Amino acid sequence: MRHTLAVTVENNPGVLTRVAGLFSRRGFNIDSLAVGRTENPRVSRMTIIVEGDDMVVEQVAKQLHKLIDVIKISDITRNAYVDRELVMIKVHAEPSARAEIMQLVDIFRARIVDVGPKTLTIEVTGDEGKIDAIELSLRPFGIKELVRTGKIAMLRGVKNSAKNNSQKEEDVK
Amino acid sequence: MEITVAEALVRCLEQEGVEMIFGYPGGAILPVYDALNNTSIKHVLVRHEQGAAHAADGYARVTGKVGVCMATSGPGATNLITGIANAYMDSVPMVVITGQVATTQVGTDAFQEVDITGITLPITKHNYLVKEPEQLPAIVKKAFHIAATGRPGPVLIDLPKDVAEAMIEFIYPKTIELSGYKPTYKGHTSMVQQAARLIMKAERPVIYAGGGIRISGAAPELLQLAETISAPVTHTLMGLGCFPGKHPLCLGMLGLHGTRYANQAVTECDCLIAVGARFDDRVVAKISGFAPTAKIIHVDIDPAEIGKNLRIHLPIVGDVKNVLRAIQPLLEIKDNTPWVKRVQELKKEYPLQYSRDGLLKPQFILEKLNELKDDSAIVVTDVGQHQMWAAQYLRFAEPRSFLSSGGLGAMGFCLPAAVGAKLGAPDKDVIVIIGDGGFQMTMQELGTAAEQLLNLKIFILNNHRLGMVRQLQEFYYDKRYISADLQFNPDFAELAKIYGMEGHTVTTEEQLEEILPQVLASPTSVIINCMIDPNENVMPMILSGSTISEAID
Ligand SMILES: Cc1ncc(C[n+]2csc(CCOP(=O)(O)OP(=O)(O)O)c2C)c(N)n1
Ligand SMILES: [Mg+2]
Repeated sequence: MRHTLAVTVENNPGVLTRVAGLFSRRGFNIDSLAVGRTENPRVSRMTIIVEGDDMVVEQVAKQLHKLIDVIKISDITRNAYVDRELVMIKVHAEPSARAEIMQLVDIFRARIVDVGPKTLTIEVTGDEGKIDAIELSLRPFGIKELVRTGKIAMLRGVKNSAKNNSQKEEDVK
Repeated sequence: MEITVAEALVRCLEQEGVEMIFGYPGGAILPVYDALNNTSIKHVLVRHEQGAAHAADGYARVTGKVGVCMATSGPGATNLITGIANAYMDSVPMVVITGQVATTQVGTDAFQEVDITGITLPITKHNYLVKEPEQLPAIVKKAFHIAATGRPGPVLIDLPKDVAEAMIEFIYPKTIELSGYKPTYKGHTSMVQQAARLIMKAERPVIYAGGGIRISGAAPELLQLAETISAPVTHTLMGLGCFPGKHPLCLGMLGLHGTRYANQAVTECDCLIAVGARFDDRVVAKISGFAPTAKIIHVDIDPAEIGKNLRIHLPIVGDVKNVLRAIQPLLEIKDNTPWVKRVQELKKEYPLQYSRDGLLKPQFILEKLNELKDDSAIVVTDVGQHQMWAAQYLRFAEPRSFLSSGGLGAMGFCLPAAVGAKLGAPDKDVIVIIGDGGFQMTMQELGTAAEQLLNLKIFILNNHRLGMVRQLQEFYYDKRYISADLQFNPDFAELAKIYGMEGHTVTTEEQLEEILPQVLASPTSVIINCMIDPNENVMPMILSGSTISEAID
């Protein structure tokens, strides 16, 4: 099963290496990892998607917890949350195919961010289902390049997935 | 007044109560060495940086304080690695200081540059590269705090030379902020209550005690628990000394070379109380056969240890001493007479044994030593057959009296660790039990021992072999022995004399018995080169794939 971990870390040099190194060292695979600063410049937030059964992911979380720079880990998989990923796709676009591609872009509420002589570059955000669907629809035209940011996620409503306070509690169930 | 960062580092170490540093100088760390001219902290010059790390480790294990070691950049730093990994695996509090090339050169493959924070990432509890001079005092304070608290471990501080030479206004911070580091010391109340109920219900309890008892100073609480509920106690290699070895409830060590009665008691128990132990593969053997009928209670300060190898029925995260103290008042005295009787029967049925055939047996040496050694004596072992025999045959009355490389199993640990131990506990006898193989891995530290005028009793259990390797080849590779014989060994007794120590070679049991009292009383270091039966194996032994109840003798 895929788990979504929300991890807040101190924004210290090397923190990404520590986290990524831990995964490879313990033999866990990262599906995706996205990281950036939070509202507090000293704190960064990582969204890590990891594949494994509950026992394995619990062990991952506990090991992450031992890193001094890790402030808090929440496995939000079983909670209501929103997740988004941003993807840019450069697709082969002969003049004859442009109308059809632009129609697809409309349907998926994506955007065209660059136009080349034989290409269109499309930006799309959404959850995994939507991204997979647009990729599938564009494939027949010829995808020249695709880049994704990795998924970011946040709990719905008033609950905080990973508060940026100084408490290190474990939410892993 | 401004001082250099190197001077500030030494002031920080003084503030932390450091009395001794084990180290070896070199270009990048010279500013710090220069600053050592103006301090009461003693610097012990070892003969190889690995020795510095192991000596700091041995010092930390006997004193309970943070061990400090220091080396220069590049090769100095890489030579420390085995020692750092060893401390990490056995949860030994240590602060490691390495010199580094100047910040302007970091990352350029400069002379004697290695990325030591990168290299030690998986073998330190945490590490720091000091980039800004002003950061140093807070980093040192954090390093000592992290090393000594929670589950202890090594913390490395990498100090570039230009930073070390920079000037700062020195203020040692009173507090530090580590928002991501809050170890849990107190056990969860309802878990503690449930544990007490489970323990009171148990008819066949066994306590499985590990190194966490020593680290948290919980030996008195452990004794009280065992006596209250009449539970036999088995311990890990790291747990040796945490429960009085001569106590009737003591079962000795469990696991691959543990006593058969300990392993059998674990197999038959209905409640296993694991305290400060981590269900290591050398203890558990085949998982399905480990305590198959027991409810398992696991008390540990490191939540990641709980459920890592085995399913636990009742986890309690907390400091072992705290948790045992919380459980104690909830218990009533129980005598479990049938179970205690059963365990005494097991002891009679499956004693530790070896045959006497006229050759000098290692077990005999250890039995005699056990009779004659002081109760407070510290024994340090290396890794191999001799280590297992020592763990089986020696009895200890106190924690911190048996030192061995457990998790890493690093040959070469023994002699430098003994140097650190003796410097940490100068009033206690320090006895070294070492193999002829491992002795030659770090025997250069005889020089340190001699220079520091230490009194060590070094028993080389000399089988002219890498005995443990040979034993594995005998059982698992159909006796196809390769590279297991040490065809050339120096005369270790003569070697002793070169270092200004006493040296003896003994080849029979009679010789050993005769020489032992005088050797132990000698005012100088002694090497006793014991020519043991080279074919002796460590028994009992659990073959791979077997459960702990399926030992062979
Ligand atoms: C640094 C290191 N290298 C290799 C090993 C593998 N090893 C384990 S025991 C052993 C043999 C030890 O021989 P010796 O020191 O003579 O002790 P004995 O087993 O003969 O008592 C070896 C090579 C190890 N544990 N550590
Ligand atoms: Mg040997």
